[in-house]
Amino acid sequence: MSDELSRAKDATATDFADGEWHRLHRATPLFRGGLTLLIIIGVIVANFRERLIEAFIPGSSEFAPDDPFFDYIIGENLILQAAAAVLGLLLLIVAGFWLSWRFHSFRITDQVVEVRSGILFRTNRKGRLDRIQGINIVRPFIPRLFGAAKLEISVAGNDANVPLQYLTGKQADALRRDILLLASGARRDAAGGSAPAAAAGDADPSAAGADSAAIPPGTPLTLASGILDQRVNEFLAPELDPSLVEPESVVHMDPGRLIGSTVLGGPAIVFVLLTAGLITGIAMTGEVALVVGFIPAMLGIGGFLVSRITRSLRYSIAATPDGVRVGFGLLSTTNETLPPGRIHSVKVSQPLLWRPFGWWQIAVNRASRSSAQGAGGQAQTTILPVGNADDVRTVLRLLLPAGVTDDSMPMIDLGLTGSGDEGGFVPSPRRARPLRWFSVKRNATALTPELLMLRSGAIWRALTLVPYPRIQSVAVTQGPIERALRLGAIQVHTVAGPITANLGALDRDHAVSFFEHASGRAIAAAERDTSHRWGATAQSEPVAQPHENAAPDGTQ
Amino acid sequence: MTDPNTASDSPAPVSVSAAPTDARIELAIEPGEWQRVSPKYIVVDVVGWLIFGGIMTAASFTPYWIGWSLGWILPVAFGTIFLLVIAFTPRRVRAIGYALRDDDLLFRRGILFQRFVAVPYGRMQLVDISRGPVARLLGLAELKFVTAAASSGVLIPGLPLERAEQLRDHLVAVAETRRAGL
Repeated sequence: MSDELSRAKDATATDFADGEWHRLHRATPLFRGGLTLLIIIGVIVANFRERLIEAFIPGSSEFAPDDPFFDYIIGENLILQAAAAVLGLLLLIVAGFWLSWRFHSFRITDQVVEVRSGILFRTNRKGRLDRIQGINIVRPFIPRLFGAAKLEISVAGNDANVPLQYLTGKQADALRRDILLLASGARRDAAGGSAPAAAAGDADPSAAGADSAAIPPGTPLTLASGILDQRVNEFLAPELDPSLVEPESVVHMDPGRLIGSTVLGGPAIVFVLLTAGLITGIAMTGEVALVVGFIPAMLGIGGFLVSRITRSLRYSIAATPDGVRVGFGLLSTTNETLPPGRIHSVKVSQPLLWRPFGWWQIAVNRASRSSAQGAGGQAQTTILPVGNADDVRTVLRLLLPAGVTDDSMPMIDLGLTGSGDEGGFVPSPRRARPLRWFSVKRNATALTPELLMLRSGAIWRALTLVPYPRIQSVAVTQGPIERALRLGAIQVHTVAGPITANLGALDRDHAVSFFEHASGRAIAAAERDTSHRWGATAQSEPVAQPHENAAPDGTQ
Repeated sequence: MTDPNTASDSPAPVSVSAAPTDARIELAIEPGEWQRVSPKYIVVDVVGWLIFGGIMTAASFTPYWIGWSLGWILPVAFGTIFLLVIAFTPRRVRAIGYALRDDDLLFRRGILFQRFVAVPYGRMQLVDISRGPVARLLGLAELKFVTAAASSGVLIPGLPLERAEQLRDHLVAVAETRRAGL
């Protein structure tokens, strides 16, 4: 065992970011594997219950013992040995857990976050702080009951996350704050003053009130005092650290709207169609057994719908100095902080049936894939599950603070609901009608000083926004049909995700000019982009203002 | 799809001198700036298509062998398509071009389906040089320019090995000076 290991401190302090090795929450093995063990023990006990009662209180059970193995143990008077074996096994497992906890340590230096674990097969994972794509605090239901949380540091790449599981809730909050401070490039001591111990404990119950309707305050649990009381407070607290944010989420998730949007969304319609098909099937064949075949699909979709609603019920989103914080979840909660400049593209879309209600949803492309799931089982790319136009404006302001300002808001509105060439949008020419039957006027591009906008869809409206510094490359393409109509298509490449920023059926000349402008601006923006050390810029100089004129680009 | 410009275009497919009425995409850069890939790459491409086309055509005989009397249509159709593809290989290879601009790498390919990509040097994550057996015989290599976006897809085939290595070193050096985050 290395010296460093024995020097590793227990994770009891809240100041982890000192470059020393620390250990995780003591109950970590219990949460990670121990629950399975408890379940196994439970199953054994349940199976042998009658036996045990019979063994200790003879004649109390009417069930005749007929298990040869158990009979053998009793018959040969091996009970003591058997008990010893079971106990030994348990001790071994506990020792294994303890060892794995001993060997699992992490440290946070100014440059990297590093985790090492494993007894026989050691693993060591390092993530560079300036590559952090987000920090996620996940509280699965059972660890949450014990006040434990998992901190997941997302680094760019597929499953390139550094998980710290488990920490106490307080520690996780403090650690997130410290990591974000270090990652931001701000001076540690300079920032120390702004991060007081206020993070510790007493979450403001009034702030919680808005969101905590799910668990009424009159729960019997509150009758207990001390630790239990604190747990309950943690449980009810909003997923937002009151010292760092405006206490209220800027978007209030209305349960009616959430349920309505789910009912009118794609999966629910599939569900209804399936049910209708099933009923007609039964009516036509008279074969009630058909139900059996549909049960798995029904359960799957039903579960999806329910989880979508429960996960999004306590949705919250708020701005922090270190980026946007998005929280989801009712029983198991996740709460992710996305530092500035980590959002590679944003898509605002509106399914057809949401249109009468004016609802929209917002998804983003990010460079990291989180293992934890966001709203309704989707990967954590849905930032706003459902919201009205005001919510969309608010959330866009948070997600793209540089690009979505009062100046560009009219453009955003035009992008959401407008059509034609108003406000700097350049729509497809009339001759594109064979390719865009209804949306020829909606199908448009625009370049604002900070954002590239692709508007599409007359029936399924969508608006894709890509900030220039996040563009990886730009392509312009043309197939034979487009050539016949003198059209072209453009593709804006960002990191992989649910959004592909492509737009076809544009005027050929416009597509070429868009291609050149977009790639030129992407280069210029990437050069002056410093968001990977967002705190450093905020201190040294004001964020670079666009030097292009604020008016929508007329050159396209 | 008939291309009105095929005949006049064939001597210099990578050009900007297209008539304004032409519906093809052309970028406003000097024709001389486009660098072509080695003509030897035609051989690599033809061999690749011959092998693939041969296997596919042979496989398409199956319905005929198992007794479908009209089954001969399939291999004939496949064979014709592949022969056409092979016949257009020289043209297709000439349409592949790249240009090293001040701040980005420009890449083009395709005749029927044209595609132009501009990748800023600072976006480079890594450069790959790989060589297949036929390309190695001819001293060629292909260079892959990888960004954080999977869809960028810049793969320059048919570069002489020295050129590919020189290009790689140049790209790495330039990318280093323009390092940008993700």
